Amino acid sequence: MSTLLELSGVSVSFDGFKAINNLAFQIGEPEMRAIIGPNGAGKTTFMDIITGKTKPDEGRVLWGEKSINLIGKSESMIAREGIGRKFQKPTVFEDQTVRENLAMALKNPRSPFEVLLYRKSAEGAARIEALAAEINLTDQLTRKSGELSHGQKQWLEIGMLLAQDPRLLLVDEPAAGMTPAEREKTTEILVEAAKTRAVVVVEHDMEFVRRLNCKVTVLHEGSVLAEGSIDHVTQNPEVIDVYLGR
Amino acid sequence: MRKSFIAENPSVLWFLFCLGLFTLGVTVLAEATGAGIISTSFVKTLGKVLCLCLVAIAMDVVWGYCGILSLGHFAFFGIGGYAVGMWLMYARTEAIVTQSLAERSIPPTAVEVNDAIASQIFGVVGSAEFPLIWAFSHSLALQLLLVVLVPGLLALIFGWLAFRSRVTGVYLSILTQAMTLALALYLFQNDSGLRGNNGLSGLQNIPGFEAVPQSMISMAFFWASAAALGLGYVLFARVLSGKMGSVIRAIRDDEARVRFLGYHVESYKLFIFTLTAIIAGIAGALYYPQAGIINPAEIAPIASIYLAVWVAIGGRGRLYGAVIGTAFVSLLSSWFTGGGAPNVNLGFYTIQWTEWWLVLLGTSFVAVTLFFPGGMGMIFDKLKKDAS
Amino acid sequence: MALALLCLPALLHAQDLQTLLQSHQKVIIKPSRKSVGPALDALVASGLPSIPAFLEHWQGKEVYNRKEDGLFFYARKAQGGFELVDVDTGEVVGTADAKALKQIKPNGGVRKEIASKLVQFQLSDPDIERRIAALVSITQKPGANQLAPLTASIEGETDPTLKLRKIKLANYLTARFGETTDQRVAAIEGIAKDLSVDGRAVLSQILQTQRIASETAPDANIAKQLQIGKDVTVEDAYALLVAQNGYTAKLSANDIRVALEANVIDGKVGGFSVLKLDSLAERHAAYDALADAGTVPERMTTVAMIAAVEAHGFYDVYDEKDAAVTDAALKAQSAVQTRVGVNQFFDISLDAISLASIYFLAAVGLAITFGVMGVINMAHGEFIMMGAYTGYVVQQFIPNYTASLIVALPLAFAVTFAAGVAMERLVIRWLYNRPLETLLATFGISVALQQLAKNIFGTQARPLTSPGWLDGAWIINDVVQISYIRIAIFVLALMFLGLLLFILKKTRLGLEVRAVTQNPRMASSMGINPDKIKMMTFGLGSGIAGIAGVAIGLFAKVTSEMGSDYIVQSFMTVVVGGVGNVWGTLAGAFMIGTFQKGVEWLNPSNTLAAQTYMILFIILFIQFRPKGIIALKGRAAGD
Repeated sequence: MSTLLELSGVSVSFDGFKAINNLAFQIGEPEMRAIIGPNGAGKTTFMDIITGKTKPDEGRVLWGEKSINLIGKSESMIAREGIGRKFQKPTVFEDQTVRENLAMALKNPRSPFEVLLYRKSAEGAARIEALAAEINLTDQLTRKSGELSHGQKQWLEIGMLLAQDPRLLLVDEPAAGMTPAEREKTTEILVEAAKTRAVVVVEHDMEFVRRLNCKVTVLHEGSVLAEGSIDHVTQNPEVIDVYLGR
Repeated sequence: MRKSFIAENPSVLWFLFCLGLFTLGVTVLAEATGAGIISTSFVKTLGKVLCLCLVAIAMDVVWGYCGILSLGHFAFFGIGGYAVGMWLMYARTEAIVTQSLAERSIPPTAVEVNDAIASQIFGVVGSAEFPLIWAFSHSLALQLLLVVLVPGLLALIFGWLAFRSRVTGVYLSILTQAMTLALALYLFQNDSGLRGNNGLSGLQNIPGFEAVPQSMISMAFFWASAAALGLGYVLFARVLSGKMGSVIRAIRDDEARVRFLGYHVESYKLFIFTLTAIIAGIAGALYYPQAGIINPAEIAPIASIYLAVWVAIGGRGRLYGAVIGTAFVSLLSSWFTGGGAPNVNLGFYTIQWTEWWLVLLGTSFVAVTLFFPGGMGMIFDKLKKDAS
Repeated sequence: MALALLCLPALLHAQDLQTLLQSHQKVIIKPSRKSVGPALDALVASGLPSIPAFLEHWQGKEVYNRKEDGLFFYARKAQGGFELVDVDTGEVVGTADAKALKQIKPNGGVRKEIASKLVQFQLSDPDIERRIAALVSITQKPGANQLAPLTASIEGETDPTLKLRKIKLANYLTARFGETTDQRVAAIEGIAKDLSVDGRAVLSQILQTQRIASETAPDANIAKQLQIGKDVTVEDAYALLVAQNGYTAKLSANDIRVALEANVIDGKVGGFSVLKLDSLAERHAAYDALADAGTVPERMTTVAMIAAVEAHGFYDVYDEKDAAVTDAALKAQSAVQTRVGVNQFFDISLDAISLASIYFLAAVGLAITFGVMGVINMAHGEFIMMGAYTGYVVQQFIPNYTASLIVALPLAFAVTFAAGVAMERLVIRWLYNRPLETLLATFGISVALQQLAKNIFGTQARPLTSPGWLDGAWIINDVVQISYIRIAIFVLALMFLGLLLFILKKTRLGLEVRAVTQNPRMASSMGINPDKIKMMTFGLGSGIAGIAGVAIGLFAKVTSEMGSDYIVQSFMTVVVGGVGNVWGTLAGAFMIGTFQKGVEWLNPSNTLAAQTYMILFIILFIQFRPKGIIALKGRAAGD
């Protein structure tokens, strides 16, 4: 397992409030990692920094074997480097069919002219079918994604992530608002994905995290408070203090 | 590829069929080519409406599909008109000047001809020299190139600046409106090189075709406008089909998400903005020879807002919606303001539509926005749904 | 005192006026401009107290000559002829038949001569109006001979303001006509401390030049030797040679064509076929052929022209011979220009502030609605118009302008407040979260309102007259001034700035507005009714537009389209300043006002260009500060 992404000394503040404070983090490939932390711990900002939405005030974000610096690159460039992101609120393009959503996400050239001249191919169609099967949406391919249930939208979004074929998946609260059966399926999809790539799951739900059965990083006030197995970190007095104290 | 595109978009065939039928109908009924039921001036009106429909579908693509409420597309339309108008005016003045100079006992020199044309054209703004921007006005081919190049380049530069700094939503609308206003104000100046508020005139006289009657010329422009609208429709339908269309609509709905999918949103917007600007320029180049005159007031921001109104009333996000809305509102508008609509006597007050039409338009536009956000195109959607 | 001085010589020449007149009888009866001088001088030199009165009567064609004895009288029409008045005593001495008298009618030139002699008496006239008139007449037509009487009259001047004016004017005259170089240089140095247009005119008159061509350096006060091609074109230089030194004019292309056309014989000119004469070279050749044949005069060639020009030096030469004087004037002129520049800058700054106040008033309502609700109100301009028309209607009922203004301001606020609330209730609240559609729907309202106003009030502009005490301007010096109405608008803008800050910061409404702006959901869970707040905010924003309308209507015409003149600028102000922030709007208004006036200063003839550049500047500005001036500095600067 080699290091895929490494953050070191990253800080960012908004109007004087330090959202991320001298953060260090690294993840290998393949690996599954869960990130937990109370509200305002900086989880979302952490993902914003990696995906290029927020520029840190200082620090380094290095990517891949060649240790490319991601800071200063645009969101779309970072996505093309192989980092996929799923938002907390499911964001799929509701006006378009499931197939169109997946087709858009498929790993293909992204420039306007290439897209304009893009032809549908048999292998692309096959890939979409395979993905749809993976996320349980084979029957829904021609439906408008706005008509899907909440859980199905979450899956579609994960499916779109997988279609991008990223090396690193950032998943924000994938299980929120799901039925227990849907959770089970979601866990399966993520665990399967983590066999070949790096997956970072941000989650509140401890049960869900426990089921992922992976290394856990606890964020607090913008820096790493503890890291280790779920049992290890839940016994850490500082973590207990942060979660239950006050 | 073309086959599958048409197969996937039967509405394009339908549209082309309707447009062809309409063109044929007008041809059969027109003064120059048929029964003479439709007057030449009405043929001109119809031809102009077709050009407006073309710029309206461009507007629909940029707003209805890509989510950029541009209040500048009528400016591109006007630029196209100016570009072709410069040649029309130059060539016609050249013909007149050459003729009058030929009456002298010795033939004119090139400089004399040039000076005479310049003072003829720019006399109204107190100048007798050609400004730099008229450098190509002697050549139809070059001016036609400018019809495409100037709106395209302007849209490219402006769009690059605006999209790069991630100006979106109403901010972008205001910015495009400002651009339009700046252009209009610039053209209003006498030293703009385009005859200030006099604009360019006499454009309905096509140099080289002085012998052809206006009825035939307007027919030819009508056909050209119909062809341009048809081609434009197919072009946009092609761009909007398949994956490109998917991405563009996705940008409208959630551009941040599209970015995280790895698409460079700004390039797409720029592509659409520039492409539609070019089509708008072409539409303008066809419109103004039929209108006969162009002046800076045509470019004022309000014209671009009206364009948005037409598209909204027709139903945005549907190409045919833009066409229907534009044709409906602009024909209705010329009926009302032309005094065609009968006045309504309320006993205590007589409603004269020439005065009250804008009030009606304004309020009905508010009503459409509030109650029928899908516009007139919604009717078709409903029919389609009922049929299936 | 001055009169006493003037009387002094009278005692020396104990003589009466009639006698004196008799000695110049011929000239006085039939004066010509040339001959009248010595007679006038003699009259003035006599120092008789009755001289001014005589000169005035003479000038006014009221002097008559009795034919029988040649005596002069003033005459008034009376029963049966004329009443005669003695020129010395001013008493009626008898009557005469019209036929026995000859009216003396000096022509215009003579009357001017008389007037210039009269000025010195008028300068000391007891009537202040006449003294002022005399000063004005000297200012308009300064002459060397007025210097002495003017200087003499200064000491006796009783009115302090007028005395200052006299001193100033005497200084101007000294600068131009003073006797010694030192006196003149001193006077010019005095003018250097002056800003007035008259002072600047004196300097430029002293510095007037003539352009001359000369083969050798001229013996004159040379301002500058011109370089051909840099200071003056070869053509212009040659034109000077033609005008001053009798060179042959160069034929224009047109002249040659006319000459050729006059000599066409059987389709040929000078042996050249007419058809070939479509280039300048061919035409020259044909013309030269004609010239060789002697049909037309020789053509001046370009080579010869250049040679002629090169054989001469071209100079700008001062009319003023004294180099010391022109040097001093030059120095003074540059000093004055610097000070005028500084003052103009100050004047433009005042203009910019006043423009900024207008923009602020027009835009701040928009900024509030935009900021609190994210709603672009395209009908904002029509609310401005509505306010202005409210002011107009009020003036139809209340003829006293001050009273009507006092009524109109709150009424305009009330009317537009109501209109704003109605619009929010009926249209806007159904379109929250759909900003682009709000933009278009409010545009529909704007179109309808504009046409409605046109239908009600007609297309012609309606006056909104400002009260008398707002007329006129506060004049600080000859360069800097500002009209009272602009000061009033500035004050109004300041008041609204204060009022808004007060409402937003110190009142319950303001607190709730800020809560809704920052977090509407949280606000509503805390018992704030966001619907009501939005309604009130919209009303407030619209109400301010109404007041702005009254203010704008006072100096601009009230038309149905006046709103659209301000709407784009208002948007710009809001966008540049940063949304939803009173201070931001102020900064935006100030920046746009300053920029626009700045461009106008650089290119004063062209306000359209100024607006064009301003908008381009804003588009570029947005590149660097997409969130406006204030938003970028962080929350602290905001509220």
